[in-house]
Amino acid sequence: MNAGARDGAELKFRDPGRARELSAALGRLVQSLGRAPVTLMHVCGTHEQAIARYGLRAGLPPALRVIMGPGCPVCVTDLCEVDEGVALALQGVRIATYGDMVKLPGSSKSLADAQAEGAQVEVVYSATQAVELARASDRPLVFFASGFETTAVATAAIVLAQPPANFSVLSAHKYVPPAMEAVARLPEARVEGFLAAGHAAVITGYGLFEDFAHRHRTPVVVAGFEPLDILAALVKLLEMIRDGDHGVANAYPRCVTRQGNRRAQEALWRVFQAVDGPWRGIGVIPDGNLQMREEWAALDARQRFHIDVSGLKQAAQSQLLRRCLCGKIMVGLVEPTDCPLFGRECLPDSPVGACMVSSEGTCKIWYQYGGRPDLGGTT
Amino acid sequence: MNKIGDTVAQKHGAGGPAMRALIERVFVVGLGEAGAGLAAMDDGAAIPVGDRFLVLTTDSYVIKPLFFPGGDIGRLAISGTINDLAMMGATEPVGLTCAVIIEAGFPIVDLERIRDSMRATCTEAGATIATGDTKVMGKGELDGLVINTAGVAFASRVVPDSGLRCGDRIIVTGSVGDHGFAVIAARHKLQLEGALASDVAPLNGLVRAALAVGGDGICAMKDPTRGGLASALHEMAAKGQVGIVLDEASLPVRSEVRAASELLGIDPLHVANEGKAVIGVRPEAAERVLRALQSHALGREAAIIGTCVAERPGSVILDTGFGRRLLAEPEGELLPRIC
Repeated sequence: MNAGARDGAELKFRDPGRARELSAALGRLVQSLGRAPVTLMHVCGTHEQAIARYGLRAGLPPALRVIMGPGCPVCVTDLCEVDEGVALALQGVRIATYGDMVKLPGSSKSLADAQAEGAQVEVVYSATQAVELARASDRPLVFFASGFETTAVATAAIVLAQPPANFSVLSAHKYVPPAMEAVARLPEARVEGFLAAGHAAVITGYGLFEDFAHRHRTPVVVAGFEPLDILAALVKLLEMIRDGDHGVANAYPRCVTRQGNRRAQEALWRVFQAVDGPWRGIGVIPDGNLQMREEWAALDARQRFHIDVSGLKQAAQSQLLRRCLCGKIMVGLVEPTDCPLFGRECLPDSPVGACMVSSEGTCKIWYQYGGRPDLGGTT
Repeated sequence: MNKIGDTVAQKHGAGGPAMRALIERVFVVGLGEAGAGLAAMDDGAAIPVGDRFLVLTTDSYVIKPLFFPGGDIGRLAISGTINDLAMMGATEPVGLTCAVIIEAGFPIVDLERIRDSMRATCTEAGATIATGDTKVMGKGELDGLVINTAGVAFASRVVPDSGLRCGDRIIVTGSVGDHGFAVIAARHKLQLEGALASDVAPLNGLVRAALAVGGDGICAMKDPTRGGLASALHEMAAKGQVGIVLDEASLPVRSEVRAASELLGIDPLHVANEGKAVIGVRPEAAERVLRALQSHALGREAAIIGTCVAERPGSVILDTGFGRRLLAEPEGELLPRIC
């Protein structure tokens, strides 16, 4: 009920006293580096959620910048991919997708707009639920699947489990490690260390980042999602920077191993292959998209349907969209409050850029939780 | 500023800024003098009659599913109107009206079940239904059943939702998020572990107990229904021109609600409660009112959750124990996140 009755695990990773000790350690470490600002990047909307949700930024030393990279799968879903989903929906095909995808703007329409025009768009909470919907009727159903490694494995699992004949997948799945490469190559980003997403690393294993950390001479720490997980991982990352350690540390050992989940990896790569593809606002990421392999053509909506997106394209990009800074925000070059549209023309209710749509998007999170507010520490 | 658009959308009924914008632009402005009292946008209207006030309120109820863990649309329709009266300080209902609009094909047995539930809730609240109306619409013209209830009561002092001042304490009368998560879980057939159940209940008895000991020390009340505790506090902060600092550690949230909220990515402060009140009290009355609430069956888990401050009028600041952040109002329909 109240704090007293919460379970032990939660208390262990949500202890404000321990958090204050870790924040103090962060302050000492940043000072010992003798330069400001020190920029660390995480690549996961769930991390940004937790940082904002618990008000952690208010307690970070001012010289430490913790920014969010391309870590929101909905935000990086390309206009063309949304157009494909919208076109299928308007062609009369029933679409099942995750809640966040519904409001995401395409070239001229979102799935919510298609729904208002009479298209059938169902919100599902899991890939399995999409299959259940397909089983409940004979009509074709397309699961418009998005997300990184974590949800891609769930999609792979249902593809391998012989779904009904009326079921197919429109994959907008993306793969995070290549996007980290892209950001690390941007000289202006000046990211000194990365926090890797704990849930994705449960699948891929932390060993995956060793080559990356070594090549870019940038340490990587795998982090969980409780407030103390994040603070402890930041402390570890600063220690590694101080010591010139360009390796990988696992700050989420209760869930993550070096090898990861082999069975999940096998399922993922049996169904998908990594191909070059556009990420909204960022550009083409080599090997960044997860495409279904030829073997699964019968379950691939792109192979099964003729998807005509020509009617959705607009000749000129809207004036508003041209001023949108989502791309720069997603690679950590600017903060949401630097965008002229943020909180004015671009609102959660009427998003211009993709970062304002999803609860994992940087702008939406900043809008909801007040960004980096000067509200003082805890009382 | 919220744009209202050309057509009414789902978000205009979600209890947040979009709904307030719709009411302000269309009804409050459009009804002019004929809409006296509407501009306060409180839970109900208070009409002076002699040295007392006649408090009047009306509300329509639609909910999917009609029967949910902890209650049904009948209990909701009675409790909602009793609670709107109670939030104005009117805890002795003189009478209720009840209008039902039913879709052809609706099972009589369900209608009887809903009627029984309404009767039981009236008994609990010491209220009677004085008059009613029944309409039937064609199949597909309506989704099952809509109930409208209105209520009348006298109050010697009206408690507005605008009365907060700096230093006032904020009390919530029990755990938050119970109704919203019970309904979300039932609506989407989420097989969540644990006993999620709606808190729907008439609160006039509980509020009467608080007013008896708190008197003028009770300065603002609101029931955190649609839009949840977050919307209720935002509205109270804006109308009272104060900031509200919430202490997250003292917020009562059941562990099953917390679990469901973390799973779905929906904040317990953003979903509806149907058996809770937010009460603003002067600091010297806070402990007294809290004890009175806690000794009532519906207020055992009541807690002081926040304080009003001069900084950032209209904002709600959440102290998480790790730092402070703004508490946002929910926007539009609540959709679960992806991972």
